[in-house]
Amino acid sequence: MTTRIGVVTFPGSLDDGDAARAARIAGAEVVRLWHAESDLRQVDAVILPGGFSYGDYLRCGAIARFAPVMEAITKAVSDGLPVLGICNGFQILCEAHLLPGALTRNAHLHFRNRDQALRIESADTAWTSSYEPGQEIVIPVKNGEGRFVADDRTLDELTAEGRIVARYAGGNPNGSLRDIAAIASEGGNVVGIMPHPEHAVEALTGPSLDGLGFFTSILKHLAGMQK
Amino acid sequence: MSADTVEHAGDTPGELQPHLELGLSDDEYERIRQILGRRPTQSELAMYSVMWSEHCSYKSSKVHLRQFADKAPRSDRLLAGMGENAGVVRVSDTLAVTFKVESHNHPSFVEPYQGAATGVGGIVRDILAMGARPVAVMDSLRFGAADHPDTARLLSGVVAGIGGYGNCLGLPNIGGEVVFDPCYQGNPLVNALCLGVLPVDRLQSKAASGTGNVVVLMGAKTGRDGIGGVSVLASATFDDEAEQRRPSVQVGDPFTEKLLIEACLELYDARLVVGVQDLGGAGLTCALTETAAAAGTGMRVWLERIPLREPSMEPHEILVSESQERMLLIVEPDKLDAVLKTADKWGVPTTAIGEVTAPTTSGEPGRILITWRDETVADVPPGSLVDDGPVYARPMREPGDLILLQADRAETLPRPADPDALRETVLRMAASPNLCDKTWVIEQYDRYVLGNTVLAQPEDAGVIRIDERTGLGVALSVDGNGRYARLDPYVGARLALAEAYRNVVVTGARPVAVTDCLNFGSPEDPAVMWQFAEAVRGLADGSAELNIPVTGGNVSFYNQTGAAAVHPTPVVGVLGVLEDVSQRIPMGFGEDGEVIILLGETHAELSGSEWAWEVHGHLGGVPPQVDLSRERLLGEVIADAAAKGHVSSAHDLSDGGLAHALAESCMRRGLGARVALPDEFTAGSMPFLYLCSESTGRAIVAVPRGHEKAFTALCTEWGLPWTAIGVVDAHGRELEVRGQFVIGLDELREAWSGTLPRLFDAERAVGMGPQAEAAADAAPETEASESAPETEASEAAPETE
Repeated sequence: MTTRIGVVTFPGSLDDGDAARAARIAGAEVVRLWHAESDLRQVDAVILPGGFSYGDYLRCGAIARFAPVMEAITKAVSDGLPVLGICNGFQILCEAHLLPGALTRNAHLHFRNRDQALRIESADTAWTSSYEPGQEIVIPVKNGEGRFVADDRTLDELTAEGRIVARYAGGNPNGSLRDIAAIASEGGNVVGIMPHPEHAVEALTGPSLDGLGFFTSILKHLAGMQK
Repeated sequence: MSADTVEHAGDTPGELQPHLELGLSDDEYERIRQILGRRPTQSELAMYSVMWSEHCSYKSSKVHLRQFADKAPRSDRLLAGMGENAGVVRVSDTLAVTFKVESHNHPSFVEPYQGAATGVGGIVRDILAMGARPVAVMDSLRFGAADHPDTARLLSGVVAGIGGYGNCLGLPNIGGEVVFDPCYQGNPLVNALCLGVLPVDRLQSKAASGTGNVVVLMGAKTGRDGIGGVSVLASATFDDEAEQRRPSVQVGDPFTEKLLIEACLELYDARLVVGVQDLGGAGLTCALTETAAAAGTGMRVWLERIPLREPSMEPHEILVSESQERMLLIVEPDKLDAVLKTADKWGVPTTAIGEVTAPTTSGEPGRILITWRDETVADVPPGSLVDDGPVYARPMREPGDLILLQADRAETLPRPADPDALRETVLRMAASPNLCDKTWVIEQYDRYVLGNTVLAQPEDAGVIRIDERTGLGVALSVDGNGRYARLDPYVGARLALAEAYRNVVVTGARPVAVTDCLNFGSPEDPAVMWQFAEAVRGLADGSAELNIPVTGGNVSFYNQTGAAAVHPTPVVGVLGVLEDVSQRIPMGFGEDGEVIILLGETHAELSGSEWAWEVHGHLGGVPPQVDLSRERLLGEVIADAAAKGHVSSAHDLSDGGLAHALAESCMRRGLGARVALPDEFTAGSMPFLYLCSESTGRAIVAVPRGHEKAFTALCTEWGLPWTAIGVVDAHGRELEVRGQFVIGLDELREAWSGTLPRLFDAERAVGMGPQAEAAADAAPETEASESAPETEASEAAPETE
């Protein structure tokens, strides 16, 4: 049976097509989910894509958090549903308290789009098992509010529990505390990442193929669970 | 409050009206009275004033623009051309693309963030109105001197505005220009281009056909922003009171536009609309009159049905408001419910505001009848606003100083005569604001979204995959050179066309269509009018010679502050087709040992060059010669050679000449090069000439080892001059010109990439250091209240302090 990965579209989602393409390239069956519907249509995992849901009004991710689909996702997460939030998706996960901390305006105040080196810190999540710990990858980063902040205690906890999934390498593009680019939930099933693995899955259009590992990881993870 | 009605206008023929303040001449006002057989109502006067403005009516340019149609090469690809919202070009049996470039110069000076943002929004809606999904944007920007204090305000705001709007729409920004010249100090040029893709059978019409069909307004509420945008702002010369015109600048909401795009595309696919038109300049008036005039029908509109942001708005304000993110749809009555349902799914307010009425029984076109709370405020023949506006053959005269200017040739300026001086010159050019690295700007734009960007700036052209199944793609470049056009507007327009064409062919694409944005001073100045006429003639002739039609564009007059006009600046976009985007040619050197071959010929052409300007502050002489048949040949050879695998990279030569092209090709992927000069260019200042002349029709290509004989044989066969000048050296990490100089790539990159951060990060630090620091360090809660994209503009603008 093929793995069904749901990609949510909120009003203002922009990278939903890209996330769907990346999941397809990895071999998944993609199911498009609509923000206003709470039916998750039996998907095995969910991707919250990048973009400007609800125009980033009020605060990035603050309104999307209340969408019917998020209620369903929040419920399913506690039963172990794997969720990957990319960029705006990461912001939504923080707003929904599925991940700690917050993403704030870049320290330099500009939107910044560049090819960014990351160091994978944890291969123990549902979304990063295809990588080696310490592996360096290059994928695009593009955001105006991607600076991860949390209080010291949270940051220490994340570090101690191995929940920092990726750090910026070779220069921090937005002032993120402790160079954090991606973090995981306690269970490791929910991962939020600021840069965009879905934009690095084709040689023709991406800076590398380094992003594909996020999508092959989840297929591997789900296949392992079925055994 | 009661409005000025048709009845009241009939009763008060002698009432004084403010037509002059609205930009209408006495003669034009008299013509309106003749057309209506009475004085216009306040609403009608407002409608005529915007529709007959220079911006909407093209009254000064029309007589010249006809050449684009008259001289256009026949093309069976063209599905829609001049006069439509944007030209549409068929690129395969099933797919077409549409593209257009438009100016938003004056709004961007008055309010840089919103002015530039709504410039993007406006051109995107033009593309949407043709039935296309917008898939990429580009922008061509011109500012005053890079070190002028006001340039930081403008550049920061404009770039943030373009990024803020385009990024939020999810459109990759794939290319453009950033140019600095003091002539644009009080009048920057902000030209935005959008590319869209549509199935050929989804092409939309703007005609409001079908008596009884419903007129539907979809999108944002109407407010008091942008009133008189096209008349008092876009069609008048700037003066000291520009600041007071902020209410004439529109305010953008990209989120609403994104929803509008998705809703419209769903409606098109479900075949639910008969006609569609975007609301841009001249707002509702333009959309109502153009859709009715296109069909010969009339309309009955109930103005009080229009959702307002400000309930106190009066009818004439509603009719000319340029509030953004609105579209007008013509819908069959039995499909109205389905339209409203789709709009509701996307959360886009949508209202039936009127109906299409029949032409008269005698077959004459219908009239537009507009009521407001049961009173008739306008009753006009739509054609009189759209097609029967004034047309002027303005007086033209060659600028009096042109002879002297052309006689003052840059070829006579002192040149660097020894290797050290030449080395310094090459570094200085690389660091000059016009040639330097534009990463500071580009990084603020999303180039990855939609996942189809194959090439983006700093590549010569942007390349977008438009069909994932077949690999079909398009290449797009937009170029201009105001200095060249100042020296000779006819040649300058052809040079802009040649450069855009060359930028497209070096990617391996085949050019198929042209769009243009013609930025000039006041048409009431005979010298400016002469420049305009010459530029149009040059562009029309050029597109005929290249056999690619001009499919649409935009004229922007009154780009001047006081008596000083900007350089005549025709900005030209060329679109090319790549049957298989995986075959595209990048600009950077990629493999050790590749042979570097210079295609074309180098002459002593320094007038109008970047060197003359940067080093000597000199502008004079005649611009480089342009030979469009040579440009075509260059394109044929590159395409032929690429198909045979003879070319691994190609880069066009333009501003800065060979030296700068080599520098860029080296730095793109960090590979060095060793170059030797031909014997006839080794003595005296000849090395400089070879390296910095701006002769056209040239490109450098890197040819894989083992292919050089076949490649050069192919050039000879085609009759294209070639010179093998060097090899790619992956290990040296330096650019060497034998017998002249060696520059390490690190030193080159430092010079090239340091300029914009030094100019504009420094400016931010000086202008707003403490606040910027505070904002950057602020706790999340504080940040949260400012997270709407718009706030970045006010933060970035030093003036807000």
